[in-house]
Amino acid sequence: MKKNHQSKVIIWALRLSTYFIVMVVGYLLFDIIVKGLPTISWSFIFDLPRHSGAEGGILPAIVGTIYLVLGSMIFALPLGMASAIYLSEYAFQGRFNRYVRLAIITLAGVPSVVFGLFGLGLFVLFFGFGASILSGSLTLAFMILPTIIVSSEEALQAVPKGLREGSLALGATMWQTVYKNVLPYALPGMFTGSILGIGRAAGETAPILLTVAAFFLPRLPNSIFDQVMALPYHLYVLATQHPDAQKVLPMQYGTALVLIVIVVFFNLTAIILRNHFRKKIQW
Amino acid sequence: MVNNVKTKLASEHVDFFYGSNQALFDIQMKIPENSVTALIGPSGCGKSTFLRMFNRMNDIIPGTHHTGRILFEDDDIYSANTDVVKLRQQVGMVFQKSNPFPKSIFDNITYGPNIHGLKNKKKLEEIVEKSLKGAALWDEVKDRLHESAMGLSGGQQQRLCIARALAVEPQVLLMDEPASALDPKSTAHIEELIGELREKYTIMIVTHNMQQAARVSDYTAFFYEGNLIEQGETTQIFMNPHEQKTEDYVTGRFG
Amino acid sequence: MNSWRDKLIYIILVGSASTSILIVVLIFVFLGKEAFSFIWDPGFSELWHTKWIPVSFKKEIFGILPLMTGTLLVTALATLLMIPFGVLGAIYVAELASDSERQILKPFIEILAGVPSVVIGFFGLVVLSPIIKHLFGLNTGLTALTGAILLAFMAIPTVLTVSEDAIQSVPRAFREASLALGANQLQTIFRIIVPAALPGIIAAIMLGVGRVIGETMAVLMVTGNAAKITLNPFDSVRTMTATIAAEMGEVAFGSHHYQALFWIGIFLLIMTFLLNLMAQRVLRKYQMR
Repeated sequence: MKKNHQSKVIIWALRLSTYFIVMVVGYLLFDIIVKGLPTISWSFIFDLPRHSGAEGGILPAIVGTIYLVLGSMIFALPLGMASAIYLSEYAFQGRFNRYVRLAIITLAGVPSVVFGLFGLGLFVLFFGFGASILSGSLTLAFMILPTIIVSSEEALQAVPKGLREGSLALGATMWQTVYKNVLPYALPGMFTGSILGIGRAAGETAPILLTVAAFFLPRLPNSIFDQVMALPYHLYVLATQHPDAQKVLPMQYGTALVLIVIVVFFNLTAIILRNHFRKKIQW
Repeated sequence: MVNNVKTKLASEHVDFFYGSNQALFDIQMKIPENSVTALIGPSGCGKSTFLRMFNRMNDIIPGTHHTGRILFEDDDIYSANTDVVKLRQQVGMVFQKSNPFPKSIFDNITYGPNIHGLKNKKKLEEIVEKSLKGAALWDEVKDRLHESAMGLSGGQQQRLCIARALAVEPQVLLMDEPASALDPKSTAHIEELIGELREKYTIMIVTHNMQQAARVSDYTAFFYEGNLIEQGETTQIFMNPHEQKTEDYVTGRFG
Repeated sequence: MNSWRDKLIYIILVGSASTSILIVVLIFVFLGKEAFSFIWDPGFSELWHTKWIPVSFKKEIFGILPLMTGTLLVTALATLLMIPFGVLGAIYVAELASDSERQILKPFIEILAGVPSVVIGFFGLVVLSPIIKHLFGLNTGLTALTGAILLAFMAIPTVLTVSEDAIQSVPRAFREASLALGANQLQTIFRIIVPAALPGIIAAIMLGVGRVIGETMAVLMVTGNAAKITLNPFDSVRTMTATIAAEMGEVAFGSHHYQALFWIGIFLLIMTFLLNLMAQRVLRKYQMR
């Protein structure tokens, strides 16, 4: 039997609308790579910016982004993994557990600019950290916390129940069981989740806008109480705030390319690792 | 059940609930020492739930609770001052689906002694040999102790899990359908092993397979819809049951 | 020996898990703290004007209505655009694509989910807005529609993946029963599978809408930032998020303007919170997760 024409048309419509998305993503990456590559050079990456970013390099922005990513990881990683372990291994379906889950869902939905306001109110003003790496890292950390918790929990849940029961039945305590017989098998997946968090932390602009990012600061930070430039904010500034935005277009593309390489690198690593572990671990 | 043998385990008026669903109703039972007691009954009759009470494995299932007492040599194992970890050292368990850890055979056996603080390598080696011999697995694996346990056959994996349980020197072994996923030959192996283990251990075994219960057990208890219908010596339960339901079940009229 | 260590670890774990609750509470507390005194000075009713003129020689006006309509317009347009692409894409990926096709499609969608919003905004600024300008013969390409297209694009991964999960969790038996009755693949998809997955798809759209409402940088860069009440997609608008991001850097801490910006944050928070809550309810009710 032949498929009738009508179904063929519908299937093609579905296929085209899907491939349209892929094409736009492809074009976006292509456009930024092609127009950004000519700008990329040794001095673009490793020089300080000059003339409010119209010339020179973007080193402070790269360094700033790296500091912010590392800073947010230091807070979010242990906190997120510990929360996931609690939720997955210890929590019974009590009221507390429900509240924690509701809080995580809520956090995941809070707009990034609201995180910025929160960071401004709590870290910058109330704790008096000022606009600084510390304030920005903490703000980003709480923004990516749900990502880390949810994917870590998924990794923990993928470890078969039998391993836990087997260990507990031998007289191991809960923590011995988790530490020796669950975590070793879940850690790769947990780290994958945190890599996704890194990608998000590196690319976000709104939360750092109010808590750390400097408009133009052509030097490297000295302490965690310094302001820093950051790649996403730098791109925003060059694209919208610069008096001669057209002239600095190559700088914009170059910055966009560096940012996207960093973010896509982390995301792709996470995706590849995850697929690898999903294939490898078969119980 | 029987008066002239020492009682190792007992349950007194045990009710058990999953949330608001009652799974066990007023279970009264005594388990004699150094014997094999089989728990039989159709799926969902509560026999596995009951078994898991004796090492408090149900503790880790959210939303469950119970009333009544479970006694281990006259101590209530659910009392506030019971150390669950110590209890589980004395009451070992073998699961329906064999669950070797994805470690070497050696590390599987030493897992228990290790977490209980034994680090002496020579002692550990002795324990490995003794436990594997006890589970009739030594000859098959003695040359590849440091290979992954995941490479063993299903029957070998299950015997490894038995060996692993023996390594912490328990007094009681709980077996939850230990042979249900195995081929007939491996099943025979396990049954033979159970016969040997009864000399030193008190064994409770949940099984679907009535022939198996008849072959390996000294005492049998028949569960139906959360109630303990009848208990007694295995020969009596199978040859001369007092209850109509038991007779229907053991003669294969339902199940 | 182990018991005190186990207890300590348990306390650490519970403490960590509690942080999420603490942060949510602190977000509400600190947004409220900064915004609070606006209620009597100059007065809560001052927020309901139809004009937003926060900096003025004469009287400053903090009417957030134009910002709300700006958010509403952009969100509505973006939702109209993301539904067909997200849902049809999910149907295609889940039901029609071959395995090898899927392995190409999924990474692209995941990469799209990871592209920073400022990069999407930049792309919109230099590539999309000139196209919009010429296509519709406008004075500027910085319009509500431009923002909506970008937002739809950013929300598509969310809508697509959550819908795909919903479609894939439709029991196999439904599919097989329908096919066994002689229905063809498309009939099975549109009469059996999609209706069964509909709650999950609706939740996916709600999550996408939540994302759109909260998105900041892309709209800030391409919607033209004119605070006026309009329903014309070709007008410039200013959204709630963009207002906070654009103006917070320049206000005096504690001023009325500053407090008004925090009020915008509170309204945003409440809107996204309710949307998420509803989406989760729907998902849980139909046990899609």
